[in-house]
Amino acid sequence: MSDITQPEIALPSEKPPAATLGAIGWLRTNLFNSISNTLLTLFAFYLIVVLVPPLFRWMFIDSTWIASSGKDCRASAGACWAFIGEWYRFILFGRFPYAEQWRPLIVIFVFIAMFLASCDRRLWGGKLIAIWLGGGALAIALMFGGFLGMTYVETSLWNGLPLTLILAVFGMLFAFPLAIMLALGRRSNMPAVHSLSVAYIELIRGVPLITILFMASVMLPLFLPSGTTIDKLLRAQIAIILFAAAYLAEIIRGGLQAIPKGQYEAADALGLSYARKMRLVILPQALTMVIPPLVNTFIGTFKDTSLVLIIGLFDLLTTANTSLTDANWRGFYWEAYMFVGAIYWCFCFFMSKYSQYLERDLNRTNLRRG
Amino acid sequence: MTSTATADQAPLAHAHGGKPMIELRSVHKWYGEFHVLKDISLQVGKGERVVVCGPSGSGKSTMIRCINRLEEHQRGQIIVDGIELTSDVKNIEAIRREVGMVFQQFNLFPHLTVLENLTLAPIWVRKMPKKEAEETAMLYLERVRIPEQAKKYPGQLSGGQQQRVAIARSLCMKPQIMLFDEPTSALDPEMIKEVLDVMIGLARDGMTMVCVTHEMGFARTVADSMIFMDRGEIVEVATPQEFFANPKSERTKLFLGQILAH
Repeated sequence: MSDITQPEIALPSEKPPAATLGAIGWLRTNLFNSISNTLLTLFAFYLIVVLVPPLFRWMFIDSTWIASSGKDCRASAGACWAFIGEWYRFILFGRFPYAEQWRPLIVIFVFIAMFLASCDRRLWGGKLIAIWLGGGALAIALMFGGFLGMTYVETSLWNGLPLTLILAVFGMLFAFPLAIMLALGRRSNMPAVHSLSVAYIELIRGVPLITILFMASVMLPLFLPSGTTIDKLLRAQIAIILFAAAYLAEIIRGGLQAIPKGQYEAADALGLSYARKMRLVILPQALTMVIPPLVNTFIGTFKDTSLVLIIGLFDLLTTANTSLTDANWRGFYWEAYMFVGAIYWCFCFFMSKYSQYLERDLNRTNLRRG
Repeated sequence: MTSTATADQAPLAHAHGGKPMIELRSVHKWYGEFHVLKDISLQVGKGERVVVCGPSGSGKSTMIRCINRLEEHQRGQIIVDGIELTSDVKNIEAIRREVGMVFQQFNLFPHLTVLENLTLAPIWVRKMPKKEAEETAMLYLERVRIPEQAKKYPGQLSGGQQQRVAIARSLCMKPQIMLFDEPTSALDPEMIKEVLDVMIGLARDGMTMVCVTHEMGFARTVADSMIFMDRGEIVEVATPQEFFANPKSERTKLFLGQILAH
């Protein structure tokens, strides 16, 4: 209310009509505000009634939590969580030497710690890059071992969740700068740089990830001089980096195009060099603008890592599949996939929430053009 | 101020002496087939204030944008502070350090605070220590009379305030020359004066200025000379007194009649 001039007798403020307040008001405005909405509400309610109780019953009431083999489980109609209890270590860590599995466990926590550190805006910039590079190096060192009394573990035994996280995190970490260069290259005035960027992006986007993984694992060795071998995991990692970069580059290019020409001109007029103009003025704005599609691609890349099973790497999904072949515990697909699905979901949901938080935070401080 | 619309006019003796700060020699520019600048020759001396006016599409913005190479000229020479503008990036960056520009749309960086907008170029281009850059920035913010807005983001300021920040941002680079490209055209009427006052202050302090503007009151107050452009050429160059009292060319008369009519 303004404090300039009040009328001599102010009208008393009244309470709003009861029907717009409280739980009933909320129900009215959100669930029953039109005929079609009412029908949808009733239909959704019906679905909940039909689906949720049986699922709940299967998961919790009729489920078996302790059993020595699959036979004990089949007696009841519910889920056999005993199967997960028996196999979770294999699903999480695969064939990593059993006694050494604390190492991949720490690696998982290192990755989670890095995700959480990224949420703290005070760490943004050089510190966060240092955290990620340091954390990444620590993770790789822990997986390899071979020092401080830790046995050396070759990459073919890096299985399960740590493998998925390594492929996804390093994939995004290295794809991102490559994508920025490709996006800038595609907008460059230099014909060679421009054409190379366009050719790369269009070539990679035109091919399925599986094909690139196949080429990396089967065809690449044929072209290398005999005797040289590149680690299979490294080849898959490079394939994922190259693939993700092409998609990220197009998203970043979209952001660059959305920045008004005046921003480029103002930076030029102040005498900023090309590199500084991009780093200090253009990219911070362009990247903020494309956070939702960037995170979308990150989530997609995270899940796409499961395709490495095609070339015989034991990621989280492959270890779950392998656990299903145990003769004692045959046929517990639902349980295995729900377990793996829940793990994937936790990470993806975190990324999604993180992007929402970032968008809100960055929009609050700036980019609201006057 | 020496400017020649036609080649046979001898350049006038320079009022302030010494070499000109800006010199254009028979500059031509095309947008595709369209001949947007035709044989533009112009000299601006140190401390001189030049106001460029003309109908829209006459090439006046293009001309001043050529001076700091936001646009590239295709024929002729442009020499700024003794350095010729070529495609050499070193030359371009050297000239841009000495030439400040204020845009119609302000073009402040929306992701940075006012203070960060002001210190960005001094820190990264002039390699000034952060503390010193901030002190300089506050000095110029006081000069444009908005030091209290330093911590805000551009989106939180009015148009007039944004334009004053934009002027201060250019000044923080301690330029020798300031270019103004219709600095008040995007402003609400009540905010035009606050921006013009800052520009008049600058002119009083002896800044070399080239202003594209339709603010004829401002032109009368500060201009050493007026340039009238139409269809890509310089039609008339005169002192403000002469320019407004007896314009020589018919096109100038027509233009002045239109903008001074109401």
